[in-house]
Amino acid sequence: MKIGVLALQGAVAEHIRSLQLAGAEAVSVKRVDELGELDGIVIPGGESTTIGKLMRKYDFMDALKQFSALGKPMFGTCAGLIVLAERIEGQEEAHLALMNMTVCRNAFGRQKESFETDLDIQGVPEPVRAVFIRAPLIESVGEGVDVLSVYNDEIVAARQQHLLACSFHPELTDDYRLHQYFVDMVKESLASKA
Amino acid sequence: METGTSRVKRGMAEMQKGGVIMDVMNAEQAKIAEAAGATAVMALERVPSDIRAAGGVARMADPTIIEEVMKVVTIPVMAKARIGHYVEAKILESMGVDYLDESEVLTPADEVYHIDKNEFTVPFVCGAKDLGEALRRIGEGAAMIRTKGEPGTGNIVEAVRHMRLINSQVRKVQNMSKDELYAEAKNLGVAYELLLGVHESGKLPVVNFAAGGVATPADAALMMHLGADGVFVGSGIFKSDSPEKFARAIVEATTHYTDYKLIAEVSKNLGTPMKGIEISKLSPAERMQDRGW
Repeated sequence: MKIGVLALQGAVAEHIRSLQLAGAEAVSVKRVDELGELDGIVIPGGESTTIGKLMRKYDFMDALKQFSALGKPMFGTCAGLIVLAERIEGQEEAHLALMNMTVCRNAFGRQKESFETDLDIQGVPEPVRAVFIRAPLIESVGEGVDVLSVYNDEIVAARQQHLLACSFHPELTDDYRLHQYFVDMVKESLASKA
Repeated sequence: METGTSRVKRGMAEMQKGGVIMDVMNAEQAKIAEAAGATAVMALERVPSDIRAAGGVARMADPTIIEEVMKVVTIPVMAKARIGHYVEAKILESMGVDYLDESEVLTPADEVYHIDKNEFTVPFVCGAKDLGEALRRIGEGAAMIRTKGEPGTGNIVEAVRHMRLINSQVRKVQNMSKDELYAEAKNLGVAYELLLGVHESGKLPVVNFAAGGVATPADAALMMHLGADGVFVGSGIFKSDSPEKFARAIVEATTHYTDYKLIAEVSKNLGTPMKGIEISKLSPAERMQDRGW
């Protein structure tokens, strides 16, 4: 099992480390021709405007839509969540537009409002220490999307079949249980194809 | 719920990795930078090369400029305070600036003490020429380090020197025995615990960007090759002939810093980069990197 981390910009090394702790082989991905060998992909935190521009420039848009169409799991954190969403509040154009949800960028305010907190996540037994950095939130979800976590009545993690997204940064702590959750998704997807 | 923790401050810098942070002097330039794919902008009254040309005392920018920039972009906005100028830093924090640069580009306000950055909720980036300076700033609470280079010269040689020196010092510390570490902490003038962390992890505990003299896409890629986590571009972009093209080229060269064909492609027809200054032509008083300690 091989999981890629989209390495156009953002916190790539941290995701690779967390995926490895969760028992997966993890590699960074900069070109579309590297997608073929992957069983799943993480779209990391970073600046969503930068990542979105570089994805378009280097033909990742169609390639990642095809990747998803094959049922291969994708996990977006923070900026990655924005990239996965069908609708972005205040913006006409979404990026991959794969998850049926509306997201709001920088929803908690500027950097001085960034925070960390303990968070309950469905499918993860004990609370997770969640780091929110200029984080987006999920304003609403449509049909087919399960809410996995809520903070102060706002949705901060969700899943739609093989797609997983969260507002915070599980890669910034030593707790790799959410990565484990994703690795298990990849295992299931491989098992269902076998 | 906790704000301003070191994880939140350092994490913010982690999200900038592989990115380019661009100096801008007004809202229009900020929009160009964002559209080109900058991961953040540094709002300034004057870019370093203009500060050099103008002489006199360089201070925090007029808050109006910073506010204008904050209004027009959704990416993070950084701003500079003078070394040791606690109040400039507090003003910028109160305005909601996302990251502060306690910067040698401005005229230092204090010749003995840097700002106690641990006390702030907003994260700080600071310049460093060597490992000792980097760890002293981190001890004071800096959540991100950048090379000092020689700002406003368009000459990469000093940034290269600083990046190489920090990396070689990290490697040396990594291979030291515990007893050598105590003496090295004294030599470098840093806290033993911080040095022990470098010894164990083989890297700085925070992100380290390149800054000071980056003038071309190839310069940005060179700094990434030398191990920089990302790049600050000051005067390079808006002192070039076609800032928009230049900014995009630097972003792409930073992402794909090992793809030389691609860097060749984006480097075509960029027009004249900023003129640049030979470092030996600078008098000691003109060397910004020697400010701070």
